Amino acid sequence: MNFEMTDDRRMLADSLGKLLGSQYGIEHRNAVAYEAPFHDKAGWNALAELGIIYAFVSEDAGGMGGSGFDLLAVFEQMGAALCPEPLLGAAMAAPLLAEAGEDLEPLLAGEAIYALAVDELEAPWDAEGGTTEGGAALTGRKTSVYGANAATHFLVSARQAGKLALFEVKAEDAAVTPWGMIDGGGAGEVMLDGTPARCLLPDAGETIAAALDRGRLALCAEAVGAMDWCYATTLDYLKSRKQFGREIGSFQALQHRMVEMKTAIEQARSITILAADRMDGHTTAMAKSLVGRTARKVSEEAIQLHGGIGMTWEYPLSHYAKRLVMLDAQLGDADFHTARVAGSYA
Amino acid sequence: MDLSYSPQEQAFQEEVRAFLADELPADIAARVKAGEEVSKADTERWHAILQSRGWLAQTWPEEHGGPGWGPVERHIFDEEAARAYAPRILPFGLQMLGPVLIKFGSDEQKAHYLPRILDGTDWWCQGYSEPGAGSDLASLKTKAVREGDEYVVNGQKTWTTLGQHADWIFCLVRTDAGAKPQAGISFLLIDMKTPGIEVRPIKLIEGGHEVNEVFFTDVRVPAENLVWKENDGWTVAKYLLTHERTGIAGVGFSIAALERVKALAARTMRGGKRLIEDPLFAARLAEVEMDLEAMKIFNLRMLAEAQRVGHPGVETSMLKIRGTEVRQALNDLYRRALGPAAALIPGEAPGGNAALVEPEDEAAAASYFNNRKISIFGGSNEIQKNILTKAMLEL
Ligand SMILES: Cc1cc2nc3c(=O)[nH]c(=O)nc-3n(C[C@H](O)[C@H](O)[C@H](O)COP(=O)(O)OP(=O)(O)OC[C@H]3O[C@@H](n4cnc5c(N)ncnc54)[C@H](O)[C@@H]3O)c2cc1C
Repeated sequence: MNFEMTDDRRMLADSLGKLLGSQYGIEHRNAVAYEAPFHDKAGWNALAELGIIYAFVSEDAGGMGGSGFDLLAVFEQMGAALCPEPLLGAAMAAPLLAEAGEDLEPLLAGEAIYALAVDELEAPWDAEGGTTEGGAALTGRKTSVYGANAATHFLVSARQAGKLALFEVKAEDAAVTPWGMIDGGGAGEVMLDGTPARCLLPDAGETIAAALDRGRLALCAEAVGAMDWCYATTLDYLKSRKQFGREIGSFQALQHRMVEMKTAIEQARSITILAADRMDGHTTAMAKSLVGRTARKVSEEAIQLHGGIGMTWEYPLSHYAKRLVMLDAQLGDADFHTARVAGSYA
Repeated sequence: MDLSYSPQEQAFQEEVRAFLADELPADIAARVKAGEEVSKADTERWHAILQSRGWLAQTWPEEHGGPGWGPVERHIFDEEAARAYAPRILPFGLQMLGPVLIKFGSDEQKAHYLPRILDGTDWWCQGYSEPGAGSDLASLKTKAVREGDEYVVNGQKTWTTLGQHADWIFCLVRTDAGAKPQAGISFLLIDMKTPGIEVRPIKLIEGGHEVNEVFFTDVRVPAENLVWKENDGWTVAKYLLTHERTGIAGVGFSIAALERVKALAARTMRGGKRLIEDPLFAARLAEVEMDLEAMKIFNLRMLAEAQRVGHPGVETSMLKIRGTEVRQALNDLYRRALGPAAALIPGEAPGGNAALVEPEDEAAAASYFNNRKISIFGGSNEIQKNILTKAMLEL
């Protein structure tokens, strides 16, 4: 048994952490995260230059990774720095483009920014539930497309000849209505109305499902990174904030809550590691559900233990807290994934 | 045992409902329902409507312009008003300072300030908390030094809710630095237009501006603005805080919130089914509803007891804790019912695609984050537990 990261991954994580530390200080982060296009070109280029996107693609396909642990190494750092760049789209697009035998170079180099467009209003998080149809042109409405405002390409799921197929739509051909997310970063709606599209995979149901699960794993890792940050910050605060003539961390009622928080985070980290190892739908569903629940709890506890200061925009914790709650709404919330797990019992 | 309201109370409930149906302006209710910030003008309009009916100063005795209600009437009004999406009555002048002046104020203070609160001339804010004095209010540092007929005030208050609109602030200040923390504090009324006062906004987690920092530099306050006795402000402060805690269970808000979540879940489609039919979501909602039903009765039991003995008991702390938990749980379910669309920043719905989120639901996530405050202010839930520990356990 060995839970250490390989040297390569540790080096990647370390350099990524340093880069994010220098490029995405909280003020700059907030400026990027809450203003269209919710994306900083220079930061994105630096990420690409570091070779981050290569970590999402296997060596056979020209990358340098592609395993669940590669996703973990990258997204924990993204969470710890609260980076709003649309890397989630790249992580999900990489295996889809590889499966389709597409040229991956533009993606790997960071020139092409991909966003996955599968959600529909009445069937969120579930590509199979969509009703968009088409062939050489697509008509339909895709909601909650993360990174829509920065994307150069959309990978769109749609029915064709009774099967779920994967299409590529160029951003300039689609009508995109972007919107800012309350926790930072951008999403958007992609309206397709006889929009030219290129079919990449005619029978893509399983591949899309697997790509979504990779995205879910990435979100779990991001949450773990952000939870670690919140825990450490809250602990520091409890040691420095004085009320009633002593550090509030000396109150046993708060100490026990911190211990609970830490235990919950270690549980979340553990199931995320398991999901990264197995890379199957069942375990990923377990991870996303458990992490979703834990992330909200950690967010709420961190604010509460800070008192008023934790509620303020100026204090970085509030932005981590928002992200931790809202990532549950991305790619399936805790109930959605609990139902997936429970559905396997019948 | 009879859990229903008496015939008089039922009649009163009907009267309140009819009043709200007739008098609550629809545009204001719509804004409250959508979770928008209630403007100063909206609050003033609503206060004036209530005052013209004699229902504004609900906790004041009749001789000072109150309606003469007991705790049960107040509860009925709160519940019905919240369900009708009335704006909340601003507590600072009406529910905090008013009762304090009635109990501790001089005749001149009563005659001057009480009518101005009732007719809306003065908008008050509460200057208790400081950066270093939150839960431990007695450690406050803002100083007031007596010079002739004036106090000279220096220091800083924080978390001052709606201080940006206020004409006056009631403050706890330290008038004797040598005394023990709880002694040496005084209760002072300060005109916000006095030179040396600066109000700076604090932006909250969801982006709104409702709280402020207030700085005092050599602010000169007439000595007649002292309420009660110098160095005995703690007595006043504690009396005010018991008023702050009444009605804090927020039963009416939770009833309204439950109805909204149910309505949203009934019209939201998830994978071919209505969300309300999703067993997991429905089970969560059911659990909160049980807590709420129990809390309604708990609240009424407490009111009956308060009416019997003349003052609320330590159960108010239990109700504050449970009430905030229930409200926060409902805020959470409301946000979750929207799925990924909950992330949309209010007011930024994509043009032409309004159906992504109904405008009245846009603020669900923002309200969820903003309402983390209710377990922090008014004495945090941890402090409530300390109060209960002391009062109940005898350990
Ligand atoms: C939105 C908002 C509006 C407000 N409006 C006003 C206003 O209008 N006027 C005003 O004067 N104040 C106002 N307040 C201030 C509010 O009353 C304080 O925030 C509150 O009393 C908590 O103080 P604090 O924020 O300094 O937290 P702290 O007292 O520093 O507490 C931090 C954490 O430690 C816990 N803690 C502290 N002491 C103990 C203990 N002995 N045992 C166990 N746990 C403990 C607390 O529960 C909390 O979890 C407002 C606050 C907010 C957030």
